[in-house]
Amino acid sequence: MLKIAKSKLNDLYAKINESMGLFIPVKVAGEVDYRVWSEGKEVSLETLKTVKSPKSMFFPQTENLMKFVKEGKNIEIIDVREDFDQRKPFVLFGVKACDYKAIEVLDKVFLADPVDTYYQDRREKTTIITTACSKPEDTCFCSVFGIDATNPLGDVTTYLDNDYLYWQANTEKGENLTNLVKDLFENGGEEKVAEIKENAKKVLDCLPFKNLDLSKFKPENLNELFNSDKWQELSEACLACGTCTFVCPTCQCFDIRDFKTNKGVVRFRCWDSCMYSDFTQMSHGNNRTTQTQRFRQRFMHKLCYYPSQNGGLYSCVGCGRCVNKCPQNLNIVKVIKALGDK
Amino acid sequence: MQEIQAKMKARAKELLESGQVARVIGWKKGEFIYDNSPATFESVEELDNFVYDYFCGSNLSKYLIAESKKPGKTAVFLKPCDTYSYNQLIKEHRINKDNVYVIAIECLAKLNAETIKNLADGFVTGVSVEGDKVTISSPYGEKVVDKKDVLLTKCSTCSKTHVAGDEQIIVYNFEKPSTDRFEKVKELEAMTEDERFAFWRSQLSKCIRCNACRNVCPACSCVKCVFDNPASGISAKANDDKFEEQLFHVIRAFHVSGRCTDCGECSRVCPQNIPLHLLNRKFIKDINQTYGEYQAGEETEGKTPLTSYTVNDAEPNEVVNGGK
Amino acid sequence: MTNETLIPKVGVITDVRRDTPDVKTFRVVGTDGKKLFEHMPGQCAMVSIPGVGESMFSITSSPTNKEFMEFSIKKCGCVTEVIHSLEVGEQITVRGPYGRNFPVEEDFKGKDLLFIAGGIGLAPLRSVINYVRHYRKNYGKVTIVYGARSMDDLVDIEEIKTEWVNEPDFNVYLTIDREQEGWDGHVGFVPSYVKELGLDPNMTAVLCGPPIMIKFTLAGLLELGFEKQRVYTTLELRMKCGVGKCGRCNVGDKFVCKDGPVFRMDQIDELPDEY
Repeated sequence: MLKIAKSKLNDLYAKINESMGLFIPVKVAGEVDYRVWSEGKEVSLETLKTVKSPKSMFFPQTENLMKFVKEGKNIEIIDVREDFDQRKPFVLFGVKACDYKAIEVLDKVFLADPVDTYYQDRREKTTIITTACSKPEDTCFCSVFGIDATNPLGDVTTYLDNDYLYWQANTEKGENLTNLVKDLFENGGEEKVAEIKENAKKVLDCLPFKNLDLSKFKPENLNELFNSDKWQELSEACLACGTCTFVCPTCQCFDIRDFKTNKGVVRFRCWDSCMYSDFTQMSHGNNRTTQTQRFRQRFMHKLCYYPSQNGGLYSCVGCGRCVNKCPQNLNIVKVIKALGDK
Repeated sequence: MQEIQAKMKARAKELLESGQVARVIGWKKGEFIYDNSPATFESVEELDNFVYDYFCGSNLSKYLIAESKKPGKTAVFLKPCDTYSYNQLIKEHRINKDNVYVIAIECLAKLNAETIKNLADGFVTGVSVEGDKVTISSPYGEKVVDKKDVLLTKCSTCSKTHVAGDEQIIVYNFEKPSTDRFEKVKELEAMTEDERFAFWRSQLSKCIRCNACRNVCPACSCVKCVFDNPASGISAKANDDKFEEQLFHVIRAFHVSGRCTDCGECSRVCPQNIPLHLLNRKFIKDINQTYGEYQAGEETEGKTPLTSYTVNDAEPNEVVNGGK
Repeated sequence: MTNETLIPKVGVITDVRRDTPDVKTFRVVGTDGKKLFEHMPGQCAMVSIPGVGESMFSITSSPTNKEFMEFSIKKCGCVTEVIHSLEVGEQITVRGPYGRNFPVEEDFKGKDLLFIAGGIGLAPLRSVINYVRHYRKNYGKVTIVYGARSMDDLVDIEEIKTEWVNEPDFNVYLTIDREQEGWDGHVGFVPSYVKELGLDPNMTAVLCGPPIMIKFTLAGLLELGFEKQRVYTTLELRMKCGVGKCGRCNVGDKFVCKDGPVFRMDQIDELPDEY
């Protein structure tokens, strides 16, 4: 175990940034989100629920896929990632246990055959530093999904108290990074870390959602859950915005669109939401015409469809962002409680 | 506050029981003390979860677009600011007025759950309001703060009184503090162009294009938004470049100018807390200055400054300089 | 570049055939003049016009055709409208093949086959039918029931009239919705025609057409004694990636692009009612 005084963290960021990119929670106009670090930015590792999750490191909100240049009748396709091999490796710093688990959920989609190489390229070039939670919030319910907020994995695990950041490498990637920055560190901190964990566990034990019951959400109950008459009431206040989707660390639906520029056509992908009315719109019809159907799709996918496809792994990690951010206070907890009753 | 809630609930019960209305739109309790949701109550039993307290900030008027088209009457509880949106929607023929029964309710100014959560380090176990003080309890410690510091942005400068209502439920005759709602707009106007650009650039760079501002906005009542129409040529659901990131909100503010009642829902729902209402307020201030004082939603009929022409209207060059 | 799933290949249109007032069939090869990729009957490909958009179409030609691919495309939206304006020599982009094919090498082998199609629904079936014709001895009797709104809306009518009807052990039944001058064949909707024909329920059936046709035809087949485990169809939902990632064509625990588009009726019964 290594430790570094919090007052020296800026030196650590600068050192990492010498040879790698650094993606870290930064305060911008009052809100904390993962952004590319540069000197002078206000880092906030303590923030549990960044507005957007770190998924944008691997799956950015918008991303150019390719370019088409047309000459006469001929189309030339240009892969816009030619610089990928030269691209600097990245360090993703400050990932909480729930968000780390969410990367596993995303991996199962993007790295499944056929592999999404855009995602894979970024994933492989990134070293992930997790940060244990020391002050869980009332909307947190990661333990329901078997996640230990005090003990996240990743290439390096860090812990925070008032004065120090404690550092523990877990993997070869983590060791390599440690070697690069270890001059800034001193040894020690095991006891402190045990204390941090102990204190956080006390709060985790009194979280209001810690006993959420997921036992009803099994593939064999798919049609029963789908046909429940509770969806109407659960979704009645839904604005059909994409807030829950876009703040969610596991939502991964995307759109692919073309954008005409004066130098050709750029095909890009961007986050999309199954909450939007045009998500399944085809020229000859739409298989989900009501907001209740779209609302149901989102939660059924997280709690039933995805687990059915992925060996029981839920596509929710209990980060509580949707609980915090839904403009009308609808969220997955209310769905679990309403439908999970046996 | 409990007294108002009790009266509202009793009234909702009467209306449903007597069959005068088929449904009542109000708020229902959430999982915490701060996360109430809009809800439609169709039976007396459903009213068990009925709630009205300091965390009922959402504007219920837009739900009437759909609900007023259903068979039977719909009763709705509207706070003073919400009645302006209601009138505006009637003016724009979005709501079937004959199918609506409006109960105007007292507001007392609503609290901002997010501000309170931040003060409680994300873990709120209790909130109590005593006069102009709010006590916030949390396992991480208790705090007493001034109520004015934890209000929803839209409530902190509100001076509205009801402009619609078939009946009223008012208990406390709460007096709203008089504040200048254009104060922040004036601050922005006083900035240099570069400073102002930097301010909005920084704010708008946070936008995730979730469209919550648009979807909650009672003035955004188009059946199909131009940004959702693939045939429009500008259909988009993401910031594919900086230009769009900066302009989506400005364009939206233009679309609702002269119709925005300043209900403040856009800023309340923004997951990134972008002060979107300031764009609309700038338009309102400019309209007031250029065409004379005008408050959208005050009336359900009559001409509006941006949709009518008079010979005394300001010339375009005057309008350009109007905001200065 | 070859293993990039989202990056397409450039295809050249070498022939355009107008089948009906709103259906055209496009013949496509790579820029090297060779077939773009191999596929199996029932599989789809993403065809795009850069700047307009990308859409999923079933590959109409049979895999046994080693020279080119064909797509029969009905004009019904932004992308298809522009595709219809294309002429020979113009380029498009194509990626695929996507999805599961009809089990032509497994469950269909040695069986008597019944194909029922409505309108443009013939497009995916044409690939199977021509595959079956190519490997004729591997399959039993073939019955085809094909209907459209009018005689002008029957896709690939030339091939049907000159080739399919002359194939040994091929029975082709055509029908149109309403009486029309110059048509001396059957008049009536596909579902009722299927019942009238009193088809042998031991055949393995493949249905493709508008949802309403599928619904009523299936009911008719079940009445005749067909088993759902031996009735196949293809689903069509909005798709963007084609590889089970963009989330658009998700129904229940299936992605139509990856787990379909070919499904057996008993598999469809297990899906939530949302397709």
